[in-house]
Amino acid sequence: MRRHQPRRILPSQITPEAAYLNRRELLAAALASGALAALLAHADEAAPKPDPRFSFIRNPKYSVTAAPTSFKDITHYNNFYEFGTSKEEPAENAGTLRTRPWSVTVGGECESRGTFAFEDLIKGLPLEERVYRLRCVEAWSMVIPWLGFQLSGLIQKLKPTSNAKFVQFVTLMDPKQMPGESSEVLQWPYVEALRMDEAMNPLALMAIGLYGQVLPNQNGAPLRLVVPWKYGFKGIKSIVKINFLQTQPRNTWNIATPNEYGFYANVNPHVDHPRWSQATERPIGKGLFAKLQPTLMFNGYENEVGYLYKGMDLRRNF
Amino acid sequence: MTVEQQYRYLYKPAVFAASLVPAALLLAGALGWFGQDLGADPVAKLLHTCGKTGLNFLLLTLLITPARRLTGWNNLIRLRRMLGLFAFFYLVAHFTVYLVLDRQLDFHSVLQDIVKRPYITIGFTALLLMVPLAITSTNRMMRRLGRRWQKLHSLIYLIVILGVWHYWWQVKKDIRQPLLYAGMVAVLLGYRLVIRTLNRARAARNAHAVTSTSAPATAQERT
Repeated sequence: MRRHQPRRILPSQITPEAAYLNRRELLAAALASGALAALLAHADEAAPKPDPRFSFIRNPKYSVTAAPTSFKDITHYNNFYEFGTSKEEPAENAGTLRTRPWSVTVGGECESRGTFAFEDLIKGLPLEERVYRLRCVEAWSMVIPWLGFQLSGLIQKLKPTSNAKFVQFVTLMDPKQMPGESSEVLQWPYVEALRMDEAMNPLALMAIGLYGQVLPNQNGAPLRLVVPWKYGFKGIKSIVKINFLQTQPRNTWNIATPNEYGFYANVNPHVDHPRWSQATERPIGKGLFAKLQPTLMFNGYENEVGYLYKGMDLRRNF
Repeated sequence: MTVEQQYRYLYKPAVFAASLVPAALLLAGALGWFGQDLGADPVAKLLHTCGKTGLNFLLLTLLITPARRLTGWNNLIRLRRMLGLFAFFYLVAHFTVYLVLDRQLDFHSVLQDIVKRPYITIGFTALLLMVPLAITSTNRMMRRLGRRWQKLHSLIYLIVILGVWHYWWQVKKDIRQPLLYAGMVAVLLGYRLVIRTLNRARAARNAHAVTSTSAPATAQERT
């Protein structure tokens, strides 16, 4: 459930370092046997200091109050097949990705077609922090303090024509920088898309950082999509192309396994994955005995996005 | 030391200790000992490691017969029961982690999983099939069952196929690992098939030879 926060909170206060450190010290003193440690997994990862080059405030309207997952887990438990299919490989292998200089090519049904330097593309778009839930299609979840700007602002800047019904994103294709692209596990480059009205919804975010830091490579640097009411795989990473299209394109996981992954991929506890239940989720970083949480419709963002899917059969449009 | 003593006091304890290493590593990870940890999703780590270790032990039990034939170390058979029981141990642990930590004793959802989700149905069936094998693994049971013991325990072939199938079906997309396991199982079972065919052929040839020896004289006469 999203609750509105009455006062603004500085990014440095997201995960008070002192709280972690105190807990850590108490634990060290109290632990006679190691058994307790299992219950308190990852209590030792302090949040990093925010990068002073960024100026931003947290947007309380679009932030959940739940405690964020640790920086360590957010940056070391990733699905980013371009760097390997295990959860650990992206953090190990993403060092080969060069994110500066970076350019994004804009095409299709819009006025501002062309190739933009990353810095020019994001110029003038107000940065803010938003603490979003992330629900992976594999039934685990995190809470992540993203740093970014609203996708709608970028789209307005690119001036799509009235023909534009969908906006498509494409990941970098370069097996030298992304070694996973030499495997045939998915069709490369990774592609994703949103319906125009979904993309214009204020919740849709383009992230360039997290925890007040420049986005780590393994999290999709330098530019990625964040659509918190959809399963994580819709959040395409390391974007190099944005296309405005008239017709609905296919997306990578839908191409890979069409009966398991649809175009919409909205979080929905009532529509199971063919092979597993989507009714509950396991929060990451809460240890061995973390309680399963019930998954919420649209990942808890029903008030914000429910109208987009009025009258649609969500069982068919999964 | 006799061979019997060597196995009893050296090899078996060594294999026993080695077989406990994966469990010890997981325990250390769960308790945070020796700098070990189970990572960001400890439940998944436990679940997958137990399952895979169980599968590894199943393959090891299947490796004993070809290893004996190829090396001539017939006494290796003395280790097979222990390996089979460790397979059972790790697969029971795998199911227990699923039941207690993953499903958190929500029996309704477990039942639904078993009925609705084919990969869980398959895995659960394989585990159930292992129960009679574990129960009848004692010397006494072996004696009591006699020839039927062998027949009962050939269930292991079905169990290992179901096990790999279960693994294959729960992987999201990257099937390289399950494919590797399927390949190993194919080799181990294929080996037996080849041996059996060869034995049959030899038996047939011998039978033929026996019948033809009754008429060597005529054969010689003919030449």
